[in-house]
Amino acid sequence: MNPASPFVTDSVRKAAMTQSADAVPETGAPLPRFPMRRTCPFSEPREYAEMRADRPVSRAELKVNDKPTWLVTRHEHVRQVLGDSRVSSNLKLPGYPHQFHIPEEMLAQVRLMMLNMDPPEHSAQRRMLIPEFTARRVKELRPRIQQIVDEHIDAMLAAGGPADLVTALALPVPSLVICELLGVPYEDHARFEEWSAAMMNHDLSPAEYGAAVQALDLYLDKLVTLKENEPGDDLISRFLEKNRTERVADHADVVTMARLMLVGGHETTANMIALGVLALLRHPEQLAALRADPALLPNAVEELLRVFSISDSGTARVATADIEVGDVTIRAGEGILALNNAANHDESVFPDPGTLDIHRKEARSHLAFGYGIHQCIGANLARVELEAVYGTLLRRVPGLRLAAPVEELRFKDDAMVYGVYELPVTW
Amino acid sequence: MRVTADRDRCVGSGQCAMLSPDVFDQDDDGLVLVLREEPAEDLREEVHRAADLCPARSLHVHG
Repeated sequence: MNPASPFVTDSVRKAAMTQSADAVPETGAPLPRFPMRRTCPFSEPREYAEMRADRPVSRAELKVNDKPTWLVTRHEHVRQVLGDSRVSSNLKLPGYPHQFHIPEEMLAQVRLMMLNMDPPEHSAQRRMLIPEFTARRVKELRPRIQQIVDEHIDAMLAAGGPADLVTALALPVPSLVICELLGVPYEDHARFEEWSAAMMNHDLSPAEYGAAVQALDLYLDKLVTLKENEPGDDLISRFLEKNRTERVADHADVVTMARLMLVGGHETTANMIALGVLALLRHPEQLAALRADPALLPNAVEELLRVFSISDSGTARVATADIEVGDVTIRAGEGILALNNAANHDESVFPDPGTLDIHRKEARSHLAFGYGIHQCIGANLARVELEAVYGTLLRRVPGLRLAAPVEELRFKDDAMVYGVYELPVTW
Repeated sequence: MRVTADRDRCVGSGQCAMLSPDVFDQDDDGLVLVLREEPAEDLREEVHRAADLCPARSLHVHG
């Protein structure tokens, strides 16, 4: 329990104690189990469309611990929930819909990452980081990002096809970008890529998960200490410098912040690079349009983010008061998953939502980066990276094509962040 | 049309500065700055779009 959160009211505690009885549906029918599998690699789970139509805010049971949660599926409702100050992101609250098993005793020791903090702690830490990711700052990073992309494509072309696009481009580009931003020596990237991939895996045992977090934290602990003594021109050093006057974080908080930036900064973008390229290769007419007119790139990026919504259930919340969503009252203490993959396929906002259309004018209304105060702080950086990779790849590798049948690709159906493990390509 | 921004709510997503750069910017802290409180009528659509996409709902368009 986090006693510091002003959002933990008595009603939350009371509701948490009575919640199991409260959560049994009147009909006695078995609850749908979450997560649900995507129907095919390029679509949302079949159940989402049914839920949006018939029971847009409905109960489900979490596969990991059989506990109940609410699933919110319509665009309007997902925005409402994520914009509501009466929902908490604190994973230590009873009722929080966990998606992998964390033993109670481990949960008690967890240092909250920014995405699990509520105001005012969240606002204080976020404000320290906002200047790093403004539209202007990200624009300044663009030439260096382009250079990184070009170097990796050079190497890929020099080595010759076929190549695995994930290891050749999708992982190393965002990894190098975030390493440079944070001031992490790139020589260490293979190690933290392994740890962060492990931390995203649903199937990991608590011991394995704990070991991955610990190994990464140990590494970052040393790095933060180094920067405390010898500041550099990087995000961690600037955070430490500001923290001397703001005092929002202790050493362990800075380590946790660095872990969030590092893991959030490359795993997600890497998955979107590979999936986006795959999707474009499956739509040659749209790929040709994009190649002919690079001005279409920004909207194509938004559309690809929408279609895949790779962090579908990254938006877990707990109600801290009774809130009305649609026809339903979500009680204080109950868990909520505001599913952005479901919202991003809402027919009322995105006509013919299952179809990839890089010209779609409402594409940017997607919620793939979340919504509300926790919306992805690196969204603009991710956009620039995706534009640079897709655009450069189309321009410089005109013959790019898949080197394996789609049926043979392995997709990350078991991970917190969706993606494809390997993407064999040739040219 | 008049545009106001609630800087206390701003989470610095920068959506407004990207979607409507003539009307919005971000200061050194990354928080929203309204460059033109009464933007030209032909910017109405993009200003509304920026307000709609603001994740913190900190932008308001009056009139």
